[in-house]
Amino acid sequence: MNLLELRNVEKSFPGRTAPVLANINLDIPEGQFAAIVGCSGAGKTTLISLIAGLTTPDRGDITFDGRPSHGPGPERAIVFQNYSLLPWLTVRENIALAVEAASPGLGKKATGEHAQYFIDLVKLSAADNKRPRELSGGMRQRVALARALAMEPRVLLLDEPLSALDALTRTAMQDELARIWGEAKTTVIMVTNDLDEAILLADCVYPLTRGPRATLGQAIPVALPRPRIRAGLSLNPAYQRARREITRSLEGTKEHEPTVDAVQPQNHSFVTNTHPLTQTPQSI
Amino acid sequence: MKIHQLKNALLPFVGVACVVALWSLLSVTVAPDLPSPLQSWNESKRYILEPFFKEGEMNQGIGRLAYFSLIRVAQGYLLAILIGTPLGFLLGLSRNFTKTFDPLIQILRPISPLAWLPLGLILFQRSEPAALFTIAICAMWPTVINTAVGVRNINQDYLNVGRVLRLSRWQMLTKIIVPATLPYLFTGYRLSLGIAWLVIVAAEMLTGAVGVGGFLWQEYNSLVYSHIILAIVTIGVIGYILDRLMALAELRFQRA
Repeated sequence: MNLLELRNVEKSFPGRTAPVLANINLDIPEGQFAAIVGCSGAGKTTLISLIAGLTTPDRGDITFDGRPSHGPGPERAIVFQNYSLLPWLTVRENIALAVEAASPGLGKKATGEHAQYFIDLVKLSAADNKRPRELSGGMRQRVALARALAMEPRVLLLDEPLSALDALTRTAMQDELARIWGEAKTTVIMVTNDLDEAILLADCVYPLTRGPRATLGQAIPVALPRPRIRAGLSLNPAYQRARREITRSLEGTKEHEPTVDAVQPQNHSFVTNTHPLTQTPQSI
Repeated sequence: MKIHQLKNALLPFVGVACVVALWSLLSVTVAPDLPSPLQSWNESKRYILEPFFKEGEMNQGIGRLAYFSLIRVAQGYLLAILIGTPLGFLLGLSRNFTKTFDPLIQILRPISPLAWLPLGLILFQRSEPAALFTIAICAMWPTVINTAVGVRNINQDYLNVGRVLRLSRWQMLTKIIVPATLPYLFTGYRLSLGIAWLVIVAAEMLTGAVGVGGFLWQEYNSLVYSHIILAIVTIGVIGYILDRLMALAELRFQRA
């Protein structure tokens, strides 16, 4: 059974005629690292807010763990795009708050130990008494990740988790994310506008077409063995195939039912169109 | 660098000197009743140099007078923030509460302390509680309004964090809403204290209570004009010190 199912989900915003998302269907099996890839403004954040239960769909059904989704909860922990750490709490307190919320009545000592485990997992022991403002972007992202993991969620939702980081930190955090996922072994749904990031990390990539009326294209499995080594990955035929298919799927929304041949030459123009995609794998 | 520091240290005194010169000029030309700076100093220096002497109810060192005023302000101010803070949170949190009471607050807010005091006297029959009532009702508005604005401006992301953590209403208030509002709250507290200090003088003048304001009014009636200047300077200096102290507290909470 799938952990998460979306059926014909549609979402509009007041004051706009066309829905942002329309006819969204998504099946996420337990344990998968799923990546939803789309351009800026396609409605990625809206989609992940729907999955988290922070907003409700206008139409369609969202089923989580066999039951209809109603309202957010720690079983669907989310890492927000801008981290959203509570600035008046230290790193430890931010994480401990999540532990308390996920397992209330744990007692002070056990809560502290739980929090410590997640602080160690993201390698932040040296900064555990600092406040978010004193941390770099990459460190804040680690805290946000640790806080989400500390809820011991069934699914970890990542809303463009690395988009605010500089290229070098971003690369390092991608490797870190792969390592942490390898240890935590939870289901992950990541939303990103970086194709290469999606292929590097995910088991399966779901392309989100351009809005309005954005919808999900055919799921594209990434048949690359783990651990994935960044160097030389772009030369791997499986990598190139996945990249080509995702690009085609994203591009395919402009014209109706494009053939492979018709789309192929336009690939380049699409790539330059979307900022993060211009980072070719060779340049990393 | 040296010259820059010297300037910083000296220029404020130049400003004071200008005002004293203007004051001297006025006292010898258009306002013969106004005591000159020197005369004011000579007649007032005992109150400053022996700030805690006492020769009668209204004839006391400026330290004692200021003490009575400060105690009164502290009580009225405490009342103001004890009422104003929860009121502000209610206004920020509940749309219906805002619709019910916001028009009333906007009308009550600009009313002068001089107008509230007689009402206080009717309500409480005695001058002391009437003064506290006046301070509280005039000083609480900045706290009420800043708190309400602070609550309304809480980052939606923080509230979403609370929703994902499934915090109870009480936890949401104590763990998210109150800490997120603290910087606004303290700005409100600082502005409220400034108003409380403004109101105290008016309240004491009208009720004849012992304090800096009462002293000022009594000395005016006794034609000791130099003491009016003494009282004015005291009110200004204490008001400034209070504001600085609150600004320090505010800064601490904004950092936290």
